[in-house]
Amino acid sequence: MAELSSVDWSRAQFALTALYHFIFVPLTLGLSFILAIMETIYVKTSDEKWKKITQFWMALFAINFAIGVATGIIMEFEFGTNWANYSWFVGDIFGAPLAVEGIMAFFLEATFFAVMFFGWNKVSKGFHLLSTWCVAIGSNLSAFWILVANGWMQYPVGMAFNPDTARNEMQNFFEVALSPVAIAKFLHTIGSGFVIAALFVMGVSAWFLLKKRFISEAKKSLVVGASFGFVCSIFLFFSGDESAYRVTQTQPMKLAAMEGIYKGEHRAGLVPFGILNPNKTLGDNENVFLFGLEIPYALSILGNRDPNSFVPGIEDLVYGNSEKGVVPMQERIDNGKLALNALKNYQLAKENNDTKAMSEHRSILEKNFKDFGYGYFDDAKELVPPVALTFYSFHLMVALGSLFFLLFIVVLYLSMANNIEKFRKILWVCVFFVPLGFVAAEAGWIVAEVGRQPWAIQDLMPVGVAATNLGAVNVQISFWLFAVLFTALLVAELKIMLTYIKKGF
Amino acid sequence: MLWAIFRANSRVLKAIFEFYKQGFANLTLGKILWKIIFVKLFVIFFVFEMFVFDDNFKALYKSDEEKTHFVLKNLLQEE
Repeated sequence: MAELSSVDWSRAQFALTALYHFIFVPLTLGLSFILAIMETIYVKTSDEKWKKITQFWMALFAINFAIGVATGIIMEFEFGTNWANYSWFVGDIFGAPLAVEGIMAFFLEATFFAVMFFGWNKVSKGFHLLSTWCVAIGSNLSAFWILVANGWMQYPVGMAFNPDTARNEMQNFFEVALSPVAIAKFLHTIGSGFVIAALFVMGVSAWFLLKKRFISEAKKSLVVGASFGFVCSIFLFFSGDESAYRVTQTQPMKLAAMEGIYKGEHRAGLVPFGILNPNKTLGDNENVFLFGLEIPYALSILGNRDPNSFVPGIEDLVYGNSEKGVVPMQERIDNGKLALNALKNYQLAKENNDTKAMSEHRSILEKNFKDFGYGYFDDAKELVPPVALTFYSFHLMVALGSLFFLLFIVVLYLSMANNIEKFRKILWVCVFFVPLGFVAAEAGWIVAEVGRQPWAIQDLMPVGVAATNLGAVNVQISFWLFAVLFTALLVAELKIMLTYIKKGF
Repeated sequence: MLWAIFRANSRVLKAIFEFYKQGFANLTLGKILWKIIFVKLFVIFFVFEMFVFDDNFKALYKSDEEKTHFVLKNLLQEE
């Protein structure tokens, strides 16, 4: 494996760029649909005020899009520089969705974006509206391909490992593209983007109402934001439920960390609010929680769709539970070592042109390949992700998501009653909730990525093996360069956006 | 062949060109945004090149065979 400090810097660098990138992305995903809805109202009603409203939010969309464009490409470079073993190992499986995304994004941006921004009063209302909808659908489809790639890392399917090239080769494109994990991830991620955009529209509109400026436009925007947010929160709840179900089926260790379960249970309860015991270690008899509220049966329902089902805990997964059919990690480590040895012996046999031995070793490798990554570990405890970070991130995300839903209901109700401007505290809450939407989304990504540690590719490749053995200093330099670039972009975005918002509709 | 297609659609192509030309000419806020995009791309592709993208996997190993050998060595943890 690469030296630890280099791996950790590469991890930190990827985390930094991914988290920064995802500040820009969700607003693009959600705001594009809000624009399409607003413009649809304009086309339906022919009310010029709606045109003005659409153009205002479109300008904010443009600011966010321009600042965010190409920030994702840095991560693609990082795959080549910091994660070369990973990049080669995943072969075309990872490359194909990213290539589709790139081509799609280019054509989308070169055509419909231009019509959307340059086409007012130059093309027909209908064609302009169609372009706005195409931008919304296309942007989200673009995200689909990225999330297919990420989904494959969480749940690798549709490929076979070729020991001659040391690459995974795609066997079934549709199995990769339509993987249930990828679909659930896509729906939940775009849902979070929709909610963030709704909070953004509500927050900015609330600020206008607090300042008593552009009241009519702000109220109209507020209704669209709250309605869209309300519907998308329900969508987010269901897609989140589906994501949790998929995690339980494919990454049980991640679920155990998310929920802080050490000992598996039938009829497992869910702890919506709890404080973990910092002294708790694997295998001791300490309580997991210093304090916790539990909803009985909820975790069994969430994870398996069955209130009486068994949900394995971290200790079951590490030490095994023969009664429940949970294989101990040590068994998988042994299988992984068999697979690694088989690959080694295959290469030796190949050098000696011994086709019979090659065939034998290949067969052992194929039989044990599903546990290939476990072969790099000696201690099963190394396969436990950081529990506290995963647990608190997950609970923060869920708590904020629930608060957003309540806020959408309150704002929608007051907007319908047409007296929202009298409730200044609620308006201030709307303003202050804008950044919290991003906090929730970033927490979600922390759950997704930290919760599957130590894997770069679930069960197949640990992060330490995925990394290129670069000097730690090289990675540190680029880490700080990226940090400066992204911070500058964020400051630019905030400055330009605030300036534009102050001007008003 | 291409020329014939171009001739047949020259009016449409001219209209599209004019559409983009006018769009870019009338930019207000967009001017700042395009500047940011170009500066950002310059930094990513040229400035970072000096610090980040040197001596990487693709530069060091040209053929697929070399890349396979390098990755296999790492997968099998051979010195």
